[in-house]
Formats: sequence, C-alpha cells, structure tokens
Amino acid sequence: MLTRRIIPCLDTRDGRVVKGRQFRDLRDAGSPGGLAAAYDLSGADELVLLDVSATPDGRAHALDTVREVRATLRIPLTVGGGVRSIADAEALLNAGADKVGVNTAAIERPDLVTELATRFGRQCVTVAIDAARDGDRAWRVFSHSGANATARDAVEWAMEVEQRGAGEILLTSIDRDGTRSGFDLELVAAVSERIRLPVIASGGARTAEDFFDAIAAGADAVLAASMFHDGDTTVSEVKQYLASRGVEIRP
Amino acid sequence: MTPAADVSIVSTGTANLASVVAAFGRIGLRAVIARTPDDVRRARRVVLPGVGAFGAAREQLRQSGMDTVLLERLQAKEPMLMICLGMQLLARTSEESGLVGGFGVIPNVVRKLPAGVRLPQIGWNRVEPAEGMQFVQPGYAYFANSYCFTEGAASWLAASSEHGRPFIAAFERGTQLACQFHPELSGAWGEGLLARWSAAC
Repeated sequence: MLTRRIIPCLDTRDGRVVKGRQFRDLRDAGSPGGLAAAYDLSGADELVLLDVSATPDGRAHALDTVREVRATLRIPLTVGGGVRSIADAEALLNAGADKVGVNTAAIERPDLVTELATRFGRQCVTVAIDAARDGDRAWRVFSHSGANATARDAVEWAMEVEQRGAGEILLTSIDRDGTRSGFDLELVAAVSERIRLPVIASGGARTAEDFFDAIAAGADAVLAASMFHDGDTTVSEVKQYLASRGVEIRP
Repeated sequence: MTPAADVSIVSTGTANLASVVAAFGRIGLRAVIARTPDDVRRARRVVLPGVGAFGAAREQLRQSGMDTVLLERLQAKEPMLMICLGMQLLARTSEESGLVGGFGVIPNVVRKLPAGVRLPQIGWNRVEPAEGMQFVQPGYAYFANSYCFTEGAASWLAASSEHGRPFIAAFERGTQLACQFHPELSGAWGEGLLARWSAAC
C-alpha cells in the first residue's frame, strides 16, 4: 500500500536556507547540503527545495545548490522557484532534481504545464498553488511568492492543471504559512476531493497531530519547513506518531 | 565514453539521468552516459532509465539506433538494469500508446493503474519479492508511475506491490533486473539493491 509522505522543505535564497513568516521577513536557517543529508537520515520521504527569492527578483536558479544536495541525497528532490521554461526545468533536472515545481509561470502561461509534461512526463511536474481564503470555503490563487492576487479560484486551478498534465499539487495556505497554527484543512479537503492527483499539504504545521489531521482531510503528503528546521520535532517522531494513529508510513 | 566506466546509462533523451549517476557514485561506481549503439555494445553494465511517455521514448531509441543493440543485450542475457519506463519498454505493448510496440521480451501488455486511487502513483510503496530473487529484498521503494505490469512472465521472477490492485514491482532474470520503482531514489534500501546488482555483474 502506498504510504503517506513527510516532506521537509528548504526555502533557499543565495544558497542559504531561509524560512519566512507568511512569506515575509525571511530569516536564515542553515546550509542546504547539511540539512538535506540530515533529513534523509531522519526518514524524510522526499525533499523540496524552493528558491523563494527567484520569482520576485528574477534571480538565476541555484543550480550549484541542487548539485550539492543531489550528491548526498538518496531520496527524491523537487526543485522550484522561478521555473519559467522547458530550458529552466531541464537545467534543474540535469543538476539532479527529480521533479520541478512551477507556480507563477504556470499561472501566467498555463500551456507551460502541458509542455513540461509532454517533455519530461507528468510525474516530473509539481504545480505549486499558493492560496488564501477569499470568503467561505473559497480560496484565491496568489502568484509571485504570495505577493500578487490573481483572479483564479484555487480548486478550479487545481482541476485545470490536472487536465493540463500536472503530476501532483503542492498546496500552500498563505494564511497559515509560517504561523504554526495548523494546516487549512478545509482547503486540503476541497482540493483533494476534486482531483485525482496526489496533494501535498503545506503551510501551518506545528505538531505531529497537525500532520495527522491533514492526512485525514485528504492529503497524500505533508510538507513543513520551520517546525523541522528549528528542531521542534523530527521527521522520525512525526512518523512514529502517525504510525501509532494507524497511518501507513515508510518506517 | 571510455571502456573503464563501471556503468553505462542509456540516454533516452527524456530521462533525468543525474540522480542515477549520483546513486552509482555513492556506491563507488563511475557511471557515464551511453549516447551511441557502440557505447552500449562495449559496456559492462547497462542501465536503461526512463521517465516520460512510452511512445516518445521508444521512438527516441529507434532514431538513435539504440533499440537494436539493447534488444541484442536483452536476448543475450547480458547485465542490464531497467528503471520505471525502461522496465515497461520490455513489454509487447502498452495501454499508454497502443500502436507502439516495446521490445517484446516480456509478452505482456503494460496496463494503467485502476480507478479509485491517486494517479500518478507518487511515493513509497511496499515491495514483496518472490522466493529466490537475488537482488530485490522486502522493503519500501519510491514509485512515480501511472502504468505497470500486472502479470508475471515465464522465466522472470517477480516482486509485487499494490496500488488499487496488485502489480509487478520488479522482474529479475539472471543479471537482468527491471524495476517499476526508482532504486536511485529509494534511500538505503535502493542503494543496497544497486550494490547487489552491480556486484553480480
């Protein structure tokens, strides 16, 4: 049986790991290579590397960071941040990424999702959706690392990118991101009920119980950054807790 | 490429090769990319990786002239490791691209995973080897696929897994190993599998 995945996320800028509070006030949290190896050993099922500064600043990809992480990492690596073209994705894959994350560029030009899926296979294409509440059980999609509101509804956008060839959805609640107040469970449920793709829940994790709740709401995987970087809990502790609640995990 | 390479990875034009190269590097083997049929012919151990679509990968191998030399190696039972789509290309054909045939070394049809489960299957799934398999051991492997073999094949030992239905996680025949999962991304378990296969070849 397919197990639920625990995915630490390294938000990087200029080759360092940072993590913000609601995408603002970024602060420094360590070197990517060292953290990646530590997470692999502690039982992480995958690793996500997001260059949070890439889109607003038009910064070049941290290809050296990807190479450094790949050399030691024995689990899948998804890399996102500023991917705008087939060439951007190919450079990341050649450096050692296994999947690429697209966000703003897909919103601006949805054909990019189809092109990436055709070229690399849909399992290579993770569409990241940053969503904030906009009324009762409605969420609006934001672009540019949460800076710009779009006209898109998050659930409808998830359904559209599924049709266009996405392989999975990385769903981040902007309202919860960095707040440690738990995942937006209604958002997780609303999206995962309407698509067949795997959904990675992100934004707001504080405790192992939060992970259980996100999985119960329909998430196939859960992603967290600050709660792991700061050592509040470890991946292996979260997995032990989930196993004790009857969730299938990779021991 | 030079004859001194330990492992030769076939370029299919669509696959991400860096993770495979890195995984062999971690067990002390030098992997190079095989770009021509002669590279494959001279190679000691050949890896056929693959992500992307069945039809596109098959066409790429045909255009590069790789298909003939790979089929020769398969039939001669020389050391080969086939990963994900590389495994599926052993089939007679695939539901993913009905008109395009595979190598036909395994006479089955590759099927789509059933309704009612998440697709693609992305993540770690339990693998149970048949008795007598020399490389695959029980454990968890990382999968990223929507299509798979669903039935065993004569002269191949099979490891099984389940996602909505039982499916074939791996086939073994001598020093030929075909994995639906990605050993290069399957942690310490996958590293052990690569090391056992390399040591036998």
